[in-house]
Amino acid sequence: MERAVKNTWVEIGAVILEKDQRAPNLPDDTKQVPLEMRVKGFLLHDAEIGAEAEIITPSGRTVRGTLTGINPEYTHMFGRPIPELSPIAGEIRAILRERRNAS
Amino acid sequence: MSTDSYKTIMDQKADIMRASVGIDYEKYTTGPLSFDYEAMLNDTGYDLDAIRDIQSRSAVGDTPLVELKNLTELVRTVSDPGKGARLFVKDEAANPSGSFKDRRASLSAFEAKKKGYPGIAAATSGNYGAAVASQAAKAGLGCIIVQEAFDSQGIAQPEIAEKTRACEAYGAEVARLSVGPELFYYFLIVLEETGYFNASLYTPYSILGIETLGYELAVQVNEREGRFPDLVIATHAGGGNVTGTARGLIKAGAADTLMVAASVDLSGLHMASDRDFNRKSFTTGHTGFSVPFSTWPDRTDVPRNAARSLRYMDRFVTVTQGEVFYMTEALAAIEGMERGPAGNTSLAAAFAIARELDREQIIVVQETEYTGAGKHPLGQLNLAKQMGIDVRRGDPRENRPGKAIVIPEHPSQITPVEMDLDRLRRSYLRKALDSLPEGETVTETDIAFLAAEIKTGETYVREAIESHERTKR
Repeated sequence: MERAVKNTWVEIGAVILEKDQRAPNLPDDTKQVPLEMRVKGFLLHDAEIGAEAEIITPSGRTVRGTLTGINPEYTHMFGRPIPELSPIAGEIRAILRERRNAS
Repeated sequence: MSTDSYKTIMDQKADIMRASVGIDYEKYTTGPLSFDYEAMLNDTGYDLDAIRDIQSRSAVGDTPLVELKNLTELVRTVSDPGKGARLFVKDEAANPSGSFKDRRASLSAFEAKKKGYPGIAAATSGNYGAAVASQAAKAGLGCIIVQEAFDSQGIAQPEIAEKTRACEAYGAEVARLSVGPELFYYFLIVLEETGYFNASLYTPYSILGIETLGYELAVQVNEREGRFPDLVIATHAGGGNVTGTARGLIKAGAADTLMVAASVDLSGLHMASDRDFNRKSFTTGHTGFSVPFSTWPDRTDVPRNAARSLRYMDRFVTVTQGEVFYMTEALAAIEGMERGPAGNTSLAAAFAIARELDREQIIVVQETEYTGAGKHPLGQLNLAKQMGIDVRRGDPRENRPGKAIVIPEHPSQITPVEMDLDRLRRSYLRKALDSLPEGETVTETDIAFLAAEIKTGETYVREAIESHERTKR
């Protein structure tokens, strides 16, 4: 099991509201799942992934939860070019070129 | 967390809010339905000059006004002779955190600092979080941003993931939540625990901070062209952008400039649905916010919302997701400005509206926003494909939110759909009248207030009240 030492930048998770504690009038799909929270901070003690952990957040709050990530990666990205977008620049420039050549 | 604690916290909502915003909203009540909107804004003590001064000290505002000559030329290739108005854009991406939201955050940070709050907090998944975090960093305040960020599968919306990163870069704590309106409950816990200032998007500070945007653009156009713009168009979600910009235009003397609101059409997708969350491709500027907030502004985290868009809107249009992505490509390809995409909602609408207007007329698109990984057509469309959404070229009228994103094949296909303002006004009045406390009757003050709220005459309001009473009987 991956283990993080005290003072490591980590993410913890916690269930804030169980399914049956959630607000009324939610859509059916949302009713079926709990309200979860994740937050990052510096670990206050050594801990393993999946174990109880306590962190201090950048605002100075102490928050308790389950250790979900150690120095977690930012995974959002651009990804591959989108074939439906790739030709647009050329198409639009051609429209302008045609107009300029005509005048 | 027990059920009791949910109820306990929600029961304390009014007290927590009062402490965290420092405004006694009760004292502005003037009737069973009405309140003194202008007094609520004036009592903050900040006039336009003071706000401009505060913003300039944190490098907010005074953004460039850019004439989009190539896009204007493109409009004219698809316009009737003599038509095709000039397009300008206010490059709000030049603000410190990359969007006009810095204007909204600046005054809250200033006020929080002045009143001795240890920090500021906001419940927001968008640019506003980065703006609050940036302004807090500059002011030396603590900062907590509470985001609705991921679905039950743990998949984060790419645009929101980028905001998480940005907020963390500015040194803020980011509490990321799964889908659901109870985010507000967690936000209350945070406010109560920390004693932070609630930098709500809907306080007077937030709206007054945007007035400088409308004011600046009016002055910039007037200095350059010797007159005010004919039409200003703003991306519309919670109503602050439209409200603040329009108020600023009026303060600059541009009272005849038409104020147009534009939203991405996300009809059919439920805003509290865990399944729909990652099928939206836009996290703001869409009808999921703009329609409910136009027709009932006080649905928010403060008792009286200072963003009241129906007071200022002259016209409201929607565009499709595909049209906005297309215009985002166009802006980069022929104007050399890689921005958005969500901020380009108003640009897509402006492109089509320019076709209706004369060549001499001036349209100002009042914002751009920064772009980056996740917060980009590529990140959004790659996720859309992963979620099984059909992404294709074609007629944008075939766009179906959550099912098909149709990218136009030609600029002539960009056609905004008109929102029926009359329907929105009636919906507002219905909700207002339904909220009338038992045993109370509508006063003359209420009628004047309601007429101002929806930008109509009092006769319109009186007729709506009569019709509402008939339906009740």
